[in-house]
Amino acid sequence: MELYEYTVHELIEKLEKGEITSETLTKSYFDRIKEKDNKVKAYVSTLEESAMKKAKEIDEKRKEGKPVSKFAGIPIGIKDNMCIEGTKTTCSSKMLENFVSPYNATVIEKLNKEDLVYLGKLNMDEFAMGGSTEHSAFFKTHNPWDLERVPGGSSGGSAAAVSAEMAPWTLGSDTGGSIRQPASLCGVVGLKPTYGLVSRYGLVAFASSLDQIGPITKDVTDSALLLNLIAGHDEKDSTSMDMEKKDYTLSLVNDVKGMKIGLPKEYIGEGINEEVKQAILNVAKKYEELGATVEECSLDVGKYATAVYYIIACAEASSNLGRFDGIRYGYRTEKYDNLKDIYRNSRSEGFGPEVKRRIILGTYVLSSGYYDAYYKKAQKVRTVIKNAYDELFKKYDLLLTPTSPTTAFKIGEKTSNPLEMYLADICTVPVNIGGLPGMSIPCALDSKGLPIGFQLIGKAFDEETIFRAAYTYEQNSNFKENKPTFKGGDN
Amino acid sequence: MAISKEEIIHIAKLADLNLSEAEIEKYTKDMQEIIEFANTINNVNTEGMGETIGTNEKVNVLRKDEVVEFGNRDGLLQNAPSQDEGMFRIPKVLN
Repeated sequence: MELYEYTVHELIEKLEKGEITSETLTKSYFDRIKEKDNKVKAYVSTLEESAMKKAKEIDEKRKEGKPVSKFAGIPIGIKDNMCIEGTKTTCSSKMLENFVSPYNATVIEKLNKEDLVYLGKLNMDEFAMGGSTEHSAFFKTHNPWDLERVPGGSSGGSAAAVSAEMAPWTLGSDTGGSIRQPASLCGVVGLKPTYGLVSRYGLVAFASSLDQIGPITKDVTDSALLLNLIAGHDEKDSTSMDMEKKDYTLSLVNDVKGMKIGLPKEYIGEGINEEVKQAILNVAKKYEELGATVEECSLDVGKYATAVYYIIACAEASSNLGRFDGIRYGYRTEKYDNLKDIYRNSRSEGFGPEVKRRIILGTYVLSSGYYDAYYKKAQKVRTVIKNAYDELFKKYDLLLTPTSPTTAFKIGEKTSNPLEMYLADICTVPVNIGGLPGMSIPCALDSKGLPIGFQLIGKAFDEETIFRAAYTYEQNSNFKENKPTFKGGDN
Repeated sequence: MAISKEEIIHIAKLADLNLSEAEIEKYTKDMQEIIEFANTINNVNTEGMGETIGTNEKVNVLRKDEVVEFGNRDGLLQNAPSQDEGMFRIPKVLN
């Protein structure tokens, strides 16, 4: 078995026992990247020189018997919208193509304390706006299970890198499904934590009331380990909750007896692919066999979540992206005579088509005469959706849905119709609207050999129940025996 | 009521974006479809409902309002397209 094939919890053991060094481990990933990334194209930039240097330093420390974190020397890949000081953070946009982070994101500060090794920065839809990574201004990322298909998005690079074993784990960000949907399409585990559990400081803002950073991993145990590292209050993010630190690995218990799981019927009905639906029903059956109760329920208002999401997210985005003016950082046009020209021409030349579309939509719903009808109304519907979740969670510990209504679609299949692309998020978006935690766990392959993921949704700040149920499923199933084939894609 | 090309031109101006004729055509069509879809939220009865801005019950966890030295002015300025003596350089604003 090659080193890159192990999970992080297995690698930690090997490092601690001295069976491997961080240097050989880190090198095995860069070798793998050289072998596979010309096809998958997950990385926007790699950090081989600094990573190898860091790995050697950690090995020295271990050899000398100096105290090190158990995570010291474990490599990780980071979505290219989180700042690592002194390295580029591009958001896969021409606007930030040459932006060098002057500081670390809080999640990076936390990983630095544990001496993790950064492999590189991962491709995404420009400014995290999209569900296929086709909106990257640089290049498209390909799904390792079928190179002619998308990896999902917007954290498509982060999910594809874990799936193709070009990183043992990665960080993504999720505004409407951007961790869970690509995790589902790539056959890996993706967690969007409760809004407020992980600091957003140093994450380039898309929609500030929805964005969360979370782990993409090979299994549920690694997800708990990585959430342990990044969760916690940060005084630089006033929306991060000040609460007692939890150890999520304590929830890795193989037992769901007595657990109550709701199965909202709207997400196993119309608009959901038949094979996906069947896979979800099989998961439900498995949970019943394991001693949980699974009951059909209804989240009828969930059908409005996508409309609410695009109004709120685009409104926030149009405001957040107002900062890109060609003055302090980012792309500046060469064509200008005055200040106004700099603003307009820099923005027009620096942003890609999907980003412009969302800025226009956001500006429209916030503009005078439409604010009440769209933005204010959407925020009220958001309350209705939140209340509907609260009602369901009086009865259930968790909700079970598909993560994505389909498996990975073909590159180019949905790019001409933006609305169709937006509807790829129907299962994940309501969770962000409610600020709840959600995890995608791989469960089956469809008849084309493409991964299907199921989603567990929990109460706010109750990631523990998700971990327990996800872990139990994983221990009693065998999806892990499947590996991506890298088929197709001679183009 | 469908969005008109004139409205898209107006909105683009508010957002500081120049649009080509082709972009105006495309975005007008896209916006008509997306807004029609967004209008479905009017089917939800929201009478007496408050607005959810954030989802946390504790909306703001505040810190003391104290000045903290950032300490990396060079790091900030190196990203400026044009700078001079520690300041951002812009074209003349006043005649």
